Amino acid sequence: MSKIKEVLFKPLFDNNPIALQILGICSALAVTTKLESVVVMAMAVTLVTAFSNFFVSLLRNHIPSSIRIIVQMIVIASLVIVTDQLLKAFVYDVAKSMSVYVGLIITNCIVMGRAEGYAMKNGPVLSFLDGIGNGLGYSLVLIFVGIFRELIGSGKLFGISILPLTSEGGWYQANGMALLSPSAFFLIGFFIWGIRTWKKDQVEKGN
Amino acid sequence: MKFLRNILDAQHHHFAKGGKLEKLYPIYEMVDTFIYTPSDVTKGSVHVRDGLDLKRLMVTVAMALVPCILMACFNTGYQANKALAAMGATSVEGWRGAVMAMLGLALDPTNLVSNFVHGFLYFFPVFLVTNLAGGFWEVIFSTVRGHEINEGFLVTGLLFPLTLPPSIPLWQVAIGISFGVVIGKEIFGGTGKNFLNPALTARAFLFFAYPAQISGDAVWTAVDGFTGATALGQAALGGVQAISVSWWDSFIGLIPGSMGETSALACLLGAALLIYTGIGSWRIMLSMTVSLIVFSKLLNIIGSTTNPMFAMGPEWHLVIGGFAFGTVFMATDPVSASMTQLGHWFYGALIGFMVVLVRVINPAFPEGTMLAILFGNVFAPLIDYFVVNANIKRRAKRAQA
Repeated sequence: MSKIKEVLFKPLFDNNPIALQILGICSALAVTTKLESVVVMAMAVTLVTAFSNFFVSLLRNHIPSSIRIIVQMIVIASLVIVTDQLLKAFVYDVAKSMSVYVGLIITNCIVMGRAEGYAMKNGPVLSFLDGIGNGLGYSLVLIFVGIFRELIGSGKLFGISILPLTSEGGWYQANGMALLSPSAFFLIGFFIWGIRTWKKDQVEKGN
Repeated sequence: MKFLRNILDAQHHHFAKGGKLEKLYPIYEMVDTFIYTPSDVTKGSVHVRDGLDLKRLMVTVAMALVPCILMACFNTGYQANKALAAMGATSVEGWRGAVMAMLGLALDPTNLVSNFVHGFLYFFPVFLVTNLAGGFWEVIFSTVRGHEINEGFLVTGLLFPLTLPPSIPLWQVAIGISFGVVIGKEIFGGTGKNFLNPALTARAFLFFAYPAQISGDAVWTAVDGFTGATALGQAALGGVQAISVSWWDSFIGLIPGSMGETSALACLLGAALLIYTGIGSWRIMLSMTVSLIVFSKLLNIIGSTTNPMFAMGPEWHLVIGGFAFGTVFMATDPVSASMTQLGHWFYGALIGFMVVLVRVINPAFPEGTMLAILFGNVFAPLIDYFVVNANIKRRAKRAQA
């Protein structure tokens, strides 16, 4: 039981895929201007990671070691295509605004990293939960970044106006920086700063 | 003055180790060493002695900036008065108009005092907000870390207002300098550890965050509703022919632009002091200038039928925009520039090249000095790495032979 708890919740703060393993930064920059696409992206990555972990774990004793990366890629790619089709079927507008980044989940290091690093050595149930846990850790950072970027950049959350913009007669002047990708770097930096102030053991030793 | 010393000494025990306010020692130390020479002396073995410490270095830079500051006040007022006169206005609304009326100064571009005071009323609030907001973060970080608060911020706090247009909203000044000081400097460890120039980081933040107030045509003259492009803005549209000011006006600085950067002459005076005292690197200034001249001349020769900027000669590149100011005060920042003397040459040449590249070939931004210098800052450690490694290799070879 404690093992399940560990694989599920450790990736949130203790071993966060973005903040500590520094994986999956690319999509954290690309899709975080709107909270709506953040949530869709977070769910998609969580599900893909969970199921790819599950299937890779099932196959792990049958995969020849020399071609294991290719097999993992095939599993992941199939899942991403399914996800892409599902998104297009049910949330077409959001899927369209995220353009290539849904397809690029294939190259998200978190999915590949967990398949190779965890699912190849552990049973399917634990692997599945590990996928969920890492997906949640990823989602946590994405939502943190997304909240700030949408609020500061366009004064909205989920498209609902929170800070009335000067361009629409309000008082808040939108910060154009928050809509540019570099702002996500700053925000992820702040997130890591916060986590490492809280959990000192994550601080790297100086050279 | 004995009286001040006594007050400080009487408070010392509160801040010393074990005192009630031990945590606030950096603030006490700041006040003390700002007013008096530090009392600490080195004990022990022989060491190299030099009268130049961080404080004197920073104060010298501040002194070199004086011509630019005076020119900033004068020109901001001159441009505003000129625009008002052209519009036929005799008074302005708001507190600045009230102060000018109280002093009995007409808004007349031929009246030197009126120009200066009017400009000062624009420059000073920006300066004040910069130092309050930036100083706030500086004190917080230094106190938490137990660092000394030093004059490093004094220079940043002078440079930043000079790079802004006169009509900048004050809340943006506060946000900008907060970003510059915290992200550009403090998170890397404070004074001496910043790999980017904090003042330019602050400006770059504002440039991307609120482009409407720091670029375009409407912001360069401190008069509501008056639009006038900078010389570079005009050149980007129509080439040298489109520039409405004379070369001499650009050189002296009587053109619209960011407050402190219009005058190449004031920057030259500052450069003379920096080079004479050995504080600014003449290698960086020279290589930047030569690189700009060579590359813009090269583009003159290549020519272009669609882009009029190709035809702009180096003599214009040198006097308009922020090139002179950036070369003398920003690129030579000893912390963010490259450290090795050979590296200075490459570093300066890279920035000069980038300035021309952004100004001439990039259609998005008319001015590229700020971005070019930040780019150079990022490359400075790499340049140093190669210079140092080449030196090691050369000496290893010599030792073998």
